[in-house]
Amino acid sequence: MESFVDWLTFNAAGFFDAISVSLEWVILSMVEIFQWFPPFVPMALTAAIAWALHRSIPLVIFVVAALLLILNLGYWQEMLETFVLVLTATALSIMFGIPIGILAAHKPWLYTVLRPILDLMQTIPTFVYLIPTLVLFGLGVVPGLISTIIFAIAAPIRLTYLGISKVPEELIEAGKAFGATPFKLLYKVELPAAMPNIMAGITQCIMLSLSMVVIAALVGADGLGKPVIRALNTVNISQGFEAGLAIVLVAIILDRICKKPGSSQEG
Amino acid sequence: MTAVTIRNLDVVFGGNVAQSLQLLDKGKTRQEIIDDTGDVVGVHDASIEVQQGEICVLMGLSGSGKSSLLRAVNSLNPISRGELLVRDGDQMVDMASCDATTLRHMRTHRVSMVFQKFALMPWLSVLDNVAFGLEMQGLGKTERRAQAMEKLEMVGLAEWKDKYPHELSGGMQQRVGLARAFAMDSDILLMDEPFSALDPLIRSQLQDELIELQQRLNKTILFVSHDLDEALKIGTNIAIMESARIIQHGKPEDIVLNPATAYVEDFVAHTNPLNVLRGRSLMTDISQLEQLDQMLVLNRNENTCVSTNDAGQVVAASRQGQPLPLHHWNEGDEVDALPEDTLVMATPEISMRDAIGIRYRTGQPVLLNESDSLVGVLSDKDFYHALLGKHFSASAA
Repeated sequence: MESFVDWLTFNAAGFFDAISVSLEWVILSMVEIFQWFPPFVPMALTAAIAWALHRSIPLVIFVVAALLLILNLGYWQEMLETFVLVLTATALSIMFGIPIGILAAHKPWLYTVLRPILDLMQTIPTFVYLIPTLVLFGLGVVPGLISTIIFAIAAPIRLTYLGISKVPEELIEAGKAFGATPFKLLYKVELPAAMPNIMAGITQCIMLSLSMVVIAALVGADGLGKPVIRALNTVNISQGFEAGLAIVLVAIILDRICKKPGSSQEG
Repeated sequence: MTAVTIRNLDVVFGGNVAQSLQLLDKGKTRQEIIDDTGDVVGVHDASIEVQQGEICVLMGLSGSGKSSLLRAVNSLNPISRGELLVRDGDQMVDMASCDATTLRHMRTHRVSMVFQKFALMPWLSVLDNVAFGLEMQGLGKTERRAQAMEKLEMVGLAEWKDKYPHELSGGMQQRVGLARAFAMDSDILLMDEPFSALDPLIRSQLQDELIELQQRLNKTILFVSHDLDEALKIGTNIAIMESARIIQHGKPEDIVLNPATAYVEDFVAHTNPLNVLRGRSLMTDISQLEQLDQMLVLNRNENTCVSTNDAGQVVAASRQGQPLPLHHWNEGDEVDALPEDTLVMATPEISMRDAIGIRYRTGQPVLLNESDSLVGVLSDKDFYHALLGKHFSASAA
């Protein structure tokens, strides 16, 4: 294992560096863009999204109040960094997870191979793979991001697989009977039919990413995890609580906004 | 013109098709083949021809292979052996060997399907569901919606176009399924127990609508059903299947009159013959009538007699010496408008239901004329005979 990691660091250093640099650039510039706006712009935007999706005044009030509280606590920038980290991790998880899930649903052998790997990725203590990612990608936000993806990607893969393999046989038959090509069958029948499951997978992915924030901070990722680590190191109870509260608020906001309107299904 | 020709078709599901076909040829049963190879025989050695414009009903109990045969027609099921030709304009396409492009062309333009459980897409509005097949044909949004709207009007659901399938009753959902199939403008419709999931009243209503639509649009329909009454009602021809084979294929009346096996006889014994049987198969032939003073005796007790000329035409009728008026009845005439105490003359093609209606109304036997000459008589004895199901057991014995 060790020699393998050494071999990787030695031979593929350029490749990993390229990934590391470009991902870091994406994340940092997104944070900067958000920061360039005065705080009330993202706040209004979030409130507007909440209203557009749910038409619920209590939710909008809650979102604004929560964001104001975070601003007041002085964690606005950390919150933005965390948000961007979660967003990027989720986007990348979706980008890879959904196609893998679709493939697994169509090729049973693939899922047989994949299942133990997914189990492993979710059960293995996160610190364990934090170490190799640290070695490969260096200190900073990228190893945090990669670890987050490793931890969170299982959700979209599993739920996409579940959704696609649960599409009723008669709908597939109807699609075929009306002359759908395999691509159209996927695009017009399977994906729409699996959409509720896929959405649940995405929501879960967001939540899992968020839960990695503190751990990602250990390897130098910016965000709300940092003050928690700092509080831990200095045994500063109040700071720990404040930062923890901010994380919880972000989690609740994301969860409430992502949840499908009218469904009581747990994300 | 034939629309679909099926010759010696076998459908086998599983991984050892070649081996299973060999076993089939050796005369092994379905169960033996499942035990040996794990394969399930869906259809064995089916041969059938469906003419353009006919409704061919595939009838049988569940597991008899009727759905497997139907699904082979649009290649949803694999064709393991044999020929399955479907008309494409002037040529016949063999679904067993055609390539993917041809298959898609057949599915988008020639053969469309209606499903037992409707199989509507829950995320599409009713209108978009009807337009689904048109979308597969590659039509643009406005065009396909316009065409879909037309078909939706045809099934009487125009004002439901923006609803979603779950907001509709079962009968309405299946109307949407019908509209979706009709929207394809294909010549051949496959219907897999389309009305089985509906309650009896709606079912019979949709059957009537289907018959009416078929007469108007002249489609070729392959219809799967487990209900012989339904098959007899809508079928031009009926093919009865039992454990993967077609055991009898013929006109509805033939099947009721001459069931090929005990299995078919079982089915027939539970049907209502009123809509199926026709005068010709029930009547007492004139050669069997008693003659008295050159008159034919219809009813000895009431002394009802008719006299015919040399051409066999009925010229006069009398009861107890009094002359009886004669009346020509054509299909579609109002039975209740007939005068009482009249001898009615009809064609031998008259349905049993109409004949009984006339007998009940006029109180007299019904005369059956073929090209103006008397061929037979329907009296109470003939009706009771048919109602008690003696017509086929007598001929089978």
